[in-house]
Amino acid sequence: MRISLEMNIRRLSSPAALVLVLALAVSAVAQTRPIAFQGGRILPVEGAPIERGVLIVQEGKILAVGPMGSTPIPAEAEVRDVSGKVLMPGLVDSHSHIGGGSGVGADGSSPIQPEVRALDGIDVTSSSIAKARAGGITTVNVMPGSGHLISGQTLYLKLRPARTIDDLLIRLPDGSPAGGLKMANGTNSRGGPPFPGTRGKSASLVRERYVAAQEYQEKVARAKDDPEKRPARDLALEQLGEVLAGRRIVQHHSHRQDDIMTVLRLSQEFGFKVVLHHVSEGWKVADEIAAANVACSIIYVDSPGGKLETRDMDIRIGAILEKAGVRVGFHTDDPINDSRLFLRSAGLAVRGGMSRDGALAGLTLANAEILGLQDRVGSLKPGKDADFVVLSGDPLSVYTQVEQTWIEGTLAFDRSRPADHLWAVGGPGAGDPLRPHYCCFGNAWGVIAAANAAAQ
Amino acid sequence: MKISSFLRLLARNPLARPATRFAVPPWASALLMLVVAAPAAAAASPAPATALASPPVAIRGDMVYPVSGAPIKDGLVLIREGRIAYVGPAAGQTYGADVRELCAAVVVPGLVDARATVGVSGMLNQPHDQEQVERSAPLQPELRAVDAYNARDELVAYLRARGVTTVHTGHGPGVPISGQTLVVKTKGRTAEADVLRPAAMIAATLGADATTADRGKSPGTPAKAVALLRAELIKAKEYADKRAKAPEDKRPPRDLRLEALGRALDGSQPLLISVDRARDILAALRVAREFDLKIVLEGCAEAPLVLDEIKASGFPVVLHPTMERSFGTRENLSMETASVLRRAGIPFAIQSGFEDYVPKTRLVLYEAAVAAGQGLDRDAALAAITLDAARIVGVADRVGSLDVGKDGDVALYDGDPFEYVTRCVGVVIDGVIYPGE
Repeated sequence: MRISLEMNIRRLSSPAALVLVLALAVSAVAQTRPIAFQGGRILPVEGAPIERGVLIVQEGKILAVGPMGSTPIPAEAEVRDVSGKVLMPGLVDSHSHIGGGSGVGADGSSPIQPEVRALDGIDVTSSSIAKARAGGITTVNVMPGSGHLISGQTLYLKLRPARTIDDLLIRLPDGSPAGGLKMANGTNSRGGPPFPGTRGKSASLVRERYVAAQEYQEKVARAKDDPEKRPARDLALEQLGEVLAGRRIVQHHSHRQDDIMTVLRLSQEFGFKVVLHHVSEGWKVADEIAAANVACSIIYVDSPGGKLETRDMDIRIGAILEKAGVRVGFHTDDPINDSRLFLRSAGLAVRGGMSRDGALAGLTLANAEILGLQDRVGSLKPGKDADFVVLSGDPLSVYTQVEQTWIEGTLAFDRSRPADHLWAVGGPGAGDPLRPHYCCFGNAWGVIAAANAAAQ
Repeated sequence: MKISSFLRLLARNPLARPATRFAVPPWASALLMLVVAAPAAAAASPAPATALASPPVAIRGDMVYPVSGAPIKDGLVLIREGRIAYVGPAAGQTYGADVRELCAAVVVPGLVDARATVGVSGMLNQPHDQEQVERSAPLQPELRAVDAYNARDELVAYLRARGVTTVHTGHGPGVPISGQTLVVKTKGRTAEADVLRPAAMIAATLGADATTADRGKSPGTPAKAVALLRAELIKAKEYADKRAKAPEDKRPPRDLRLEALGRALDGSQPLLISVDRARDILAALRVAREFDLKIVLEGCAEAPLVLDEIKASGFPVVLHPTMERSFGTRENLSMETASVLRRAGIPFAIQSGFEDYVPKTRLVLYEAAVAAGQGLDRDAALAAITLDAARIVGVADRVGSLDVGKDGDVALYDGDPFEYVTRCVGVVIDGVIYPGE
């Protein structure tokens, strides 16, 4: 049985079958009729809350947001009553390891491997992706780990219903997949040779490679269109060049205040755009971070410690950075925190003194900015992607459930469906990779039937 | 897979050498105070004077939840000489000027964590402060947590500042028998000064989490772990029989290991068996039947699959943290299991458990909160970290509810304790006032 199923899945890779499966998987993308969600409390994040509002979406984009009564609803629209619910932008997680975790980044051969791409390591059948959708996450930055100074290219994903990684990509105008570059300093990226043994050596190795990247860029520029003069392609230096040119943001793991200052120093020296991640001791150098105009992606862990660098972690970090004028986003670092409970970060931020508006932005717009995707996601604004969540109540309450997650106008998670409920709370089967029938078919026989139909 | 192994793959070297600790500079503390008006964190505050010297304390709450009885609006808890002297409506009650008065929106019993490793697995997560598992042999019931508990680990004070006043802590899961647990107040003085029960249970583990991958070592499989445990229990039984029946000159020499297991056999110090897979839960119940043991089931991620068997056994469950990571033997855990146990009528408590990375300790308040958020009745959620936990760990005569005569252990909050945005504003243990978070 298992063998025949696998064979049939393999047969699905014929072009005809592919078309069929894609049609089934992402059929709702071609949603041309507008949908109006009316009567709910809307938290647009950009702009004041709307007590009884209307959100209108069409063809994957937001058409209009406004108060009920004064916001015209197109006559042809499908109207959905969401009275009593709360609507807010789809959550953006700026640092996660969903989709397989350890296979995503560099290996142990060297501390600097910018040529490695998360794109080539993510497993879209991992249940962690379904669980993230259940937590209301619609956009996520999947990162390689922090065990290297440079552990590879991160990948920004939209958590659409997906069969392959291509279904999840966010494309830049030139067609390339959007993502950042993961860097780390402090103790995680240290070790025996060829890894650095000290902080000074760590910074020195990074500096050396960025200087090499500058020289490589100059050579390429001097060669102009002459292939004879062009240096041999170097995938690692090409990527650092992308960073130097401002086309790729450095997403930098850093805990201790001195390590944070080193990140700021390197970013100023080479002129690259950087976001600080974790930033456990960021409250000690909040003014310096603010002066450097660097955003922070922070995590709320339930107790300090667990590793030396996080012993001074404090729940007031978000509030302190906010007061200093730093843009603050939150992350799950899934599996450190569970993607299904990402809303909780905002609650804990407010517990630690952060403003409510700042905390909601920390789940959405601030993270969109951290990823450079603020023109597409992070707030409910006409023209942006129709990514939003329907909540049972206030986003900061422990009693609130994510009831629905909509991505580009498509319902990607619905807690009232038993299969989705499993991803939301767990239970037998929730630890397994997704079976094909979860994404596209009612059951496994449907996969076989579709394959047989395609083969005829 | 354990979280640490997973993360070690992610972060190649997460547990590196110790680094110098950077003290909080004065300006930073000032900044913290500016941001949050609440009392400064008491992470390292010295323990106040003993309870005996403490003046009476009157705690007024807009809502007082005794847990053993109905909630009281505008309630009062009066503590004299470290014990609760009155619980009821505040109206009509008077007390002298010597009484220290505390007020809060919500007043509950000091929280009881039914299973932790705090004080034994230290905050820094460096080899020198990790005492939760001794791996020199698979079964070491002679090890006592009271000899390993560091009352002054910063995480003990961290939990206290958020309302936890009693913890059942000790050796962790990871080997078939890791040692004896203790029940202790979170006053942060010494094990002797703070202890309620110095030898509460014997911590055991069955299933894949009890095994080792090292060649030549046992147990390498879950079945072998059960075999080792059964063999040891038989030995302990024979030892106890011989000690009891043989004439004085023919008694076997004292064996601390077998004596400890003897207490598991006679029920005075039950086995706390950590099991998550349905198969392993059933194995624990099978061993309990064979030796007529009284046990406490711990973890139980797959409890919903063997609910009838657990119910029939009559044994209580110390359920895994609600936000436990769903990996390895716990891959099938559900955030709704507490509700399932509740509906089935199985006595249970919620634990903070053991973490080998971050967060180094969980907080039972947060774990019960998420269980309540996922449908567990709020009263049951509060009981799972107070009275029900106290009953399971054998200290309900002292703590777990607000009743006259019980210890003066109270937690004060500025709102619904389960809400993320609520803060703990103060804690009282044996009538001694400690700051909140």
